[in-house]
Amino acid sequence: MCGIAGALITEGARTRPDLDRMIRTLRHRGPDGYRVLDLPGCGLAHARLSIIDLATGAQPIANEDETLWTVLNGEIFNYLELREELEALGHRFRTRSDTEVIVHAYEAFGDRFVERLVGQFAIGLWDERRRRLVLARDRVGIRPLFFARTQGWLLFASEVKAILAVAPELAHLDDRGLAQVFTFWGTVGERTVFAGVRSLPAGHRLVAEGTQERLQQYWDWRFPETTNSAATSLEEAAEQVRALLADAVRLQLRADVPVGAYLSGGLDSSGIAALAKQQTRRLRTFSVTFDEAEYDESEFQHRMVEALGVEHSAIRCSESDIGQVFPALIWHTETPILRTAPAPLLWLAKHVHDSGFKVVLTGEGADEVFGGYDLFKEGKIRRFWAKQPNSAWRPLLFSRLYPYLARSPVAHRHFARTFFGQRLEEVDHPFYAHLTRWTTTRGLFKLLSPDWLAQLSRAAPEADLERLLPPAFSRWNALARDQYVEVKTLLEGYLLCSQGDRVALAHSVEGRVPFLDHRLIEFVNGLDPRFKLRGLREKRLLRRALVNDLPASILGRVKQPYRAPDSRCFFRNGEPLPYVRELLSATNVRRSGYFRAEGVERLLEKCRDGRALGAGDNMAFVGVVSTLLLHEQFLSGRITETSPVNA
Amino acid sequence: MDLRAEVRHFIAENFLLTSGPIDLADAESLTSRGILDSTGALELVAHLEARYGIAVTDEELHPDNLDSVERIAAFIERKRA
Repeated sequence: MCGIAGALITEGARTRPDLDRMIRTLRHRGPDGYRVLDLPGCGLAHARLSIIDLATGAQPIANEDETLWTVLNGEIFNYLELREELEALGHRFRTRSDTEVIVHAYEAFGDRFVERLVGQFAIGLWDERRRRLVLARDRVGIRPLFFARTQGWLLFASEVKAILAVAPELAHLDDRGLAQVFTFWGTVGERTVFAGVRSLPAGHRLVAEGTQERLQQYWDWRFPETTNSAATSLEEAAEQVRALLADAVRLQLRADVPVGAYLSGGLDSSGIAALAKQQTRRLRTFSVTFDEAEYDESEFQHRMVEALGVEHSAIRCSESDIGQVFPALIWHTETPILRTAPAPLLWLAKHVHDSGFKVVLTGEGADEVFGGYDLFKEGKIRRFWAKQPNSAWRPLLFSRLYPYLARSPVAHRHFARTFFGQRLEEVDHPFYAHLTRWTTTRGLFKLLSPDWLAQLSRAAPEADLERLLPPAFSRWNALARDQYVEVKTLLEGYLLCSQGDRVALAHSVEGRVPFLDHRLIEFVNGLDPRFKLRGLREKRLLRRALVNDLPASILGRVKQPYRAPDSRCFFRNGEPLPYVRELLSATNVRRSGYFRAEGVERLLEKCRDGRALGAGDNMAFVGVVSTLLLHEQFLSGRITETSPVNA
Repeated sequence: MDLRAEVRHFIAENFLLTSGPIDLADAESLTSRGILDSTGALELVAHLEARYGIAVTDEELHPDNLDSVERIAAFIERKRA
C-alpha cells in the first residue's frame, strides 16, 4: 500500500521539484520512504508503506533492461503464482516484491497484463521504448487513481491533492460532480468534484501516448440474462462460495507484516475474521463502539471475540469525537460527504496504526455481492406491490424494513404507503429501487444559491449514470439491476473511497476486502437471485456458506448497516462547534457562493434545536459543512504538502 | 394570517428553509414534491400540537390529513371544532 504520482510530458519541460511536491502530499499513504524517478518524457514517484519485501521492494521498479518502469499502489495477491509463470517464460526477477511482476507481466501479455492480476491496485507504468504511459485500476475500484491534463502534462496520482499541488488552476468545483454527490453520495464514472480532474474508473486502463489516449474497460460486474436454478443447488453453491472466500482470505493474508481484521459484530466482518483465524495462528481484531445503542454493536463484537479467541481492542467514539475529527476527514475524502460514518473509521485507523498494524481485513462488499441491503428488499416489495397496486396487504410488508432505524421511513404505515408508492408503476425504470432514496438526498438542492441551483439543475446525474449502464442491463433480473446500480454509486463512489481507502490510508493502514475478490463476485453473480434474497431474508447463500464457521447468534443476525450519528456531532452544549459557527456564518456562506445564507442559518437552528428529525435534513447539514470545508481546504489557497488539519 | 397561510409559512421555514415566497399550490401533495416523508410528518405533528393545542393520534397520522396545505388546514379546523 502506498501513494503514487507521476507525469507524462507532452510538451515543454517539467521540473523534478514538481514530482517531489506531488509525492510529499501523499506522505500519510506511505511514510516508510520516497523515490522519484525523472526520465525523459515521464516522471514517476512513490511514497512507500512497506508490507511485502521490506528489504528490496522500493519503487519505481524496472524490468531487466530498464526500459519499463512501474509504480504500484496496492497489492497483487497472486504475485507468487504469476512470478512462477513468468520465470518459466524466461523473465528474471531482482526482488521478492509483488510490484516486479507488473513489468514482466506487461512484457509477456501486453496491455492485457492487468487481467492476470488478482488484487487491489492502482498502477502507473512507463514504456520508454514505445513512449507510452499505462494507468490501470483494480476491477472494483478499491484503490484510487486520478488524472488530469494541464500545462502540457498528463498528471496522475492516488489522491487529487497531489495533482492540485502542481496544477492549482484545476481547483474549482464541478457542477456535475456536485450534483452527483448530492444525489448518489458520490461521483460516478470518470467524474470527480474537481473540474478537469478525472478518476480512472474501476476495471479500466488508460493508455496515453503524447496527447492521444485510450480508455478501455477490461472488467465489469456482469449478470446472466437467465439463470438456471436447477444447475446448482444452494448447498453446492454455498460450498463453492466458502472455498472461494477462504482462498481470497488466504491470498489476502500474504504480507511480511502482521495482518489484523476489523470486527463490527455483523455477519460479514465476523465471517472474514473467522476464516482468517483458521488460517493464521494469531489474529488481532479491531472495533469501534458508540455511546448510543442505536449505533453500537459491542455486544455482538464480544460474542465473536469469545468465539474466535482473538486478541481484540475497541475504541469508543463519541459525537464530540466525530465533530472534532471532521475537518481532517474532509482533507482525506476530497469530496463533500452526506454522512459522518467515515469519521469513526478514521479514528479506528489511527488506533490500528498506533497498535503497530499496517494491514487489516474488512467485511466490505458482502452486501453488494450477496444482496444484503434493505434497499434491495424495498425494491422487491415495491415491484410486488406494483402488480396489485390496490392491495392493502402488500405495502404492509414495508414494516419489515429498517428495524434498526430509530426514526424509520416505515414507522407510520400510511405515510410509508404514500412515500414508497411514488412512481410505483415505473417498474421498468433502470433506477426503480433507488429513486425514492435519491429524491431524499437531493433535498440538499433547496439550500443551493440561485447560481449553483441553476447549474446543478442543468446537470443530470441520472442521465450520467444511465450512460454507464451496460447494454444487457435491462435484460438482467431485478435484483441484479439493483445490485449493479448500488455498486456503481454507493460502493465505488462512497464506501470504497470516502469510507474505505481514504480513512484507512490517512493513518497509513491498508484495508483488504476479501468479499470483493473478482473470482467470488463472478461466481455469485451467475447464481439464481433467490440464493441471495429469499423472500425478505437477505444473504441467504452467505449464511449457508458460513454455517460451520460462525456462532448461531451471529449467523441469524438481521443486517444492521454501519452508521454513526449525524448533525448532533457538530454541536456541544446547544451551540455549534467553533469551526462550524465560523464556516456556516452568513459572511462565509455568501463568500463561498454555493449555498443560500438564510437557508443554511435556518438549517443550523433546526439542527441545534433538535428539530431536524429526518435523514434529509441531517444529510443536508453534513453536506453543507463538508462542502464548505472542502472549499476552505482545497480552493482557498495553494495545497500544502501536509494536512492543514490534525487528524 | 389565515390558517392556510400559516401552514404555508411553517412549511416554507421548516422544510424549505426559506422566508421567501414558495412555489407550492395548496392542493399539491407534499410527499410528491419531496417535502414530506414520515419523519417530516413527525416534525409537522409536533408543530401542530404545540402551535394549535391539538393532540394527533397515531391513526390520524395519515396523508389524508397531512399531505397538502389544504388538508392540513382542514385537519386543524376539524380538530379545533
